[in-house]
Amino acid sequence: MWREKIIERLLQLSALISVLTTLGILYVLISESLGFFKEVSVVEFLTDTQWTPLFTEKHYGILPLLSGTLLTSFIAILVSVPVGLTIAIFLNEYAPKKLRKVLKPVLEVLAAIPTVVYGYFALMVITPFLQMFIPNLSGFNALSPGIVMGIMIIPLIASLSEDALYAIPYSLREASYGMGATKLQTVFRVLIPSASSGIIVSIILAISRAFGETMIVAIAAGQQPNFTFNPLIPIETITTYIVQVSLGDVVQGSIEYKTIYAAGIALFVLTFILNNISYFIRKKYQKYQL
Amino acid sequence: MTSSAITYNRLKDKFFYWYGLVCTLSGVFILAVFLYTILVEGADRLNMQFFTSLPSRRPSNAGILVPLLGTLWIMVLTTFIAVPIGVAAAIYLEEYGKKNWFASFIEVNTANLAGVPSILYGLLALEIFVRIMGLGRSLLSGALTLSLLILPIVIVSTREALKSVPKTIREASYALGATKWKTIWNAVLPSAAGGILTGVILAISRAIGETAPLVVIGAMLYITTVPTHPLDDFSVLPIQIYNWLSRPQKGFIENATAAIIVLLAITFLLNGIAIYLRNKWQSKVKW
Repeated sequence: MWREKIIERLLQLSALISVLTTLGILYVLISESLGFFKEVSVVEFLTDTQWTPLFTEKHYGILPLLSGTLLTSFIAILVSVPVGLTIAIFLNEYAPKKLRKVLKPVLEVLAAIPTVVYGYFALMVITPFLQMFIPNLSGFNALSPGIVMGIMIIPLIASLSEDALYAIPYSLREASYGMGATKLQTVFRVLIPSASSGIIVSIILAISRAFGETMIVAIAAGQQPNFTFNPLIPIETITTYIVQVSLGDVVQGSIEYKTIYAAGIALFVLTFILNNISYFIRKKYQKYQL
Repeated sequence: MTSSAITYNRLKDKFFYWYGLVCTLSGVFILAVFLYTILVEGADRLNMQFFTSLPSRRPSNAGILVPLLGTLWIMVLTTFIAVPIGVAAAIYLEEYGKKNWFASFIEVNTANLAGVPSILYGLLALEIFVRIMGLGRSLLSGALTLSLLILPIVIVSTREALKSVPKTIREASYALGATKWKTIWNAVLPSAAGGILTGVILAISRAIGETAPLVVIGAMLYITTVPTHPLDDFSVLPIQIYNWLSRPQKGFIENATAAIIVLLAITFLLNGIAIYLRNKWQSKVKW
């Protein structure tokens, strides 16, 4: 019997590693950024509109990085939500079985492409293409990585929303058809309202994913912290700032070095809130599932 | 309802069908454009010299030997670290700790970790593995970082696979007098193996495409020696691609494109194997 007990303890220990990872992330982010906030006030961090820790005249305002993150994510959501949701509805309600069997794996391929490859597409394919229509679009901008990020997120929204639609009992559709409704009316008046929590979860997770996306923006957005919502000029996001500093020769322990942890904690807080909201919606929705 | 309103609604329905088809096919179209572009731009560069050369300041002399071996090293090390821990954690959560507070706490936590941006794993690793544990910018540091990153994926997919094993299999084993662990080891795990393997392969394919956390731990040095030991410095394909993309010379862009073809080939191969296994497992196992 002691053997069984030891095995159970070992398994438990493995499960504990995920908790240790969370604690580790929290510990590292908090301890390093405490050093940062000793030298820079929280008020300055949250309200200064310039972010220039690597220049001689230093400003430590997160707003430019935040605006860059919000801007690219907003563009990505604008692209991915309508398209992803339409794909989910089409595949689940309209598409013949055979077509669905072919198209689903293709979308899975889109989800499997590494982000650095998407970055290449943003820089080498989408930006030159957009410049044909928008002549004053600079070579590095927020628009092109935003769009490509949106394309990357489409499979995520499509597959999560599809699961939500799939879970709706068939009787609801039959009741609606029985009333003489068309498929489209059934989709918009019965299915989407019934699957709304699942769809909302997919959108929240997509936003969280967009906030944390790094390589596409690092390659195609230009790494210049501008406090702007103009999608045509270079910007920098929280994630790409961390990459920029990691690539440079910043001395460990210096204030410049600590800035990446301050930026990291801002990113962590943003995504943590979104992830928890989606988790609790999902839990609640499971309880009330039809 | 008048008949014209009915016709109008049917028309709208038809329209939405075509709109949906166009949206879905545009995904396929974009994929085709992307793949076509990289094949046209990069295929010429794929020769023996490209696979066997060290990095160089001249684009035409540079090759991917070091990052390719780095990626293979990372693949193997990450598998050996993440799979045992992830599967063990999943077994604990699914088979042992179903109802206690500890298990539900870990579940919230795993869901949360799956949503933490990958770059934050890099910040964690930089402090813990590179500094405190003193592993430096080594292959082992990189593999540990990516293992933590894919752990939630391995745990979730393993739990799904364990869940799909019917109760009767467990009961049959208990009836023969097997202990809990013997039941898991001899009856449950073999039945779930296909599902677990599929999830693991997908997780590994995710790991080898990751760039950001490895950039943070500093794996972007100019490395001219082939890694032969887990504590050697390293580079991986995505990092080499990023490095080449950030240089202005056209030759390096071409190199990046060729390296992308290699990276995508590995990724698609792994995904293909995973999809094949999933289909085979699903069609063979009918409970």
